[in-house]
Amino acid sequence: MDTSRIILSQPQFNLVIERLCHELIETYDDFRDTCMISIQPRGTPLADRIYRRLTELGVPAFPYGKLDITFYRDDFRRGKQLSASTTEMNMLVEDMKVILVDDVLYTGRSVQAALTALNHYGRPAHVELLALVDRRFNRHLPVQPDFIGISIDALEEEYVKVVWGTEGDDEIILYPKKV
Amino acid sequence: MLSTRHLTGIKNITEADIQLIFQTAEEFKEVINRPIKKVPSLRDMTVANLFFENSTRTRVSFELAERRLSADIVNFSASASSVSKGETLLDTVNNILAMKVDMVVMRHPAPGACAFLANKIKANIVNAGDGTHEHPTQALLDAFSMREHLGDLAGKKICIFGDILHSRVALSNIFCLQKLGAHVKVCGPPTLIPKHIGGLGVGVEHDVRKALEWCDVANILRIQLERQDIRYFPSLREYSQYFGINKALLDSLGKQILIMHPGPINRGVEITSDVADSEHSLILQQVENGVAIRMAVLYLLANQ
Repeated sequence: MDTSRIILSQPQFNLVIERLCHELIETYDDFRDTCMISIQPRGTPLADRIYRRLTELGVPAFPYGKLDITFYRDDFRRGKQLSASTTEMNMLVEDMKVILVDDVLYTGRSVQAALTALNHYGRPAHVELLALVDRRFNRHLPVQPDFIGISIDALEEEYVKVVWGTEGDDEIILYPKKV
Repeated sequence: MLSTRHLTGIKNITEADIQLIFQTAEEFKEVINRPIKKVPSLRDMTVANLFFENSTRTRVSFELAERRLSADIVNFSASASSVSKGETLLDTVNNILAMKVDMVVMRHPAPGACAFLANKIKANIVNAGDGTHEHPTQALLDAFSMREHLGDLAGKKICIFGDILHSRVALSNIFCLQKLGAHVKVCGPPTLIPKHIGGLGVGVEHDVRKALEWCDVANILRIQLERQDIRYFPSLREYSQYFGINKALLDSLGKQILIMHPGPINRGVEITSDVADSEHSLILQQVENGVAIRMAVLYLLANQ
């Protein structure tokens, strides 16, 4: 029996993206000295979508990178198979304002790894975190997002998946355990 | 996930293993071109580099790869060790492992030394060359470098020139390239071609011009002067004249061939300087890729 539950679908999904974009514009204005970095692989579809929408809303082009954190993860050699994704970082983040983007903020360990990886590209002026889903009661580390799409309360064993559709059929699904 | 806990040779890994190593090496190549070229993956591991035979680039390349992965390193060379006092290989290695070493990178003059150790000890073993048997990381970096220029190697023609008889690079290259679907030939004087090499499905050519006309990539091996215990050819001058690759010969072919050499080069013997330093030469790229490939191998084995 399929006990998964859709917790966000259209048209609310698009509204959430739209709101996040406007929050970013309020905070970063003309995005000078600002860059957006997605955590590979799952932060990238969200960052792509946000970057595209920001461009449509008149934000001038600003640096956008994709950062893979596999080699910085703290669960390496602990039974989990980790395969690397591509890093596309054609800039340094020295003195830049960085918007770090991930789809689901869960334990905070990915963000910790991303911050370590980010330091290898320079010392940013500051880093803010944007997460589409904040699983607020599952944190292992003191990490909090600055921009949140939706906050949910999920049990430790539950699994949240963001499904990126092609024609506006994106949704966020909550599964009773990892699928 | 790799199908093996040790990299003793290319013969006993799968094509999927090779592709996984390549895919991981691509990411490590990006890492080593960053301002800070280091990742913390192996920060809780100690790697012993056991070199029972001389080596410069392989040892430096492994050591750099280990440092870039944040591993702790123990370096060992046979000349400055108890091996010269008569200690056996197994005793030497067990003593080092008793100091809590997690991984062993070994070069040894005896073919099969790494496979022997892999059956005896718990640590992961990486073969950095065992006698005239295999040199798997060299073959992986060679194929990785070819792939960067030619894309998928299936159907591509690669010829290995020179001293095939004494070359561990040649054997590992043959296994690796064949697993990737490439066609392989060897070319050299009959005395330096192993008698039964045809059994590996490899073509044999003794005419350098014909071999060059056939191939997309020429992987030129060093004449191993230290292993010429009997005379395999009359003189270096004669070898160079009949089997050396020079610019005039390449220019006369009317096509472009990628030139590779695992080093160290005997300039003016198997290859002239103008070929080694030409724009079609991948020699320095091979060295750069060597670090990325070795990082990938160490990383993937550490995760077993």
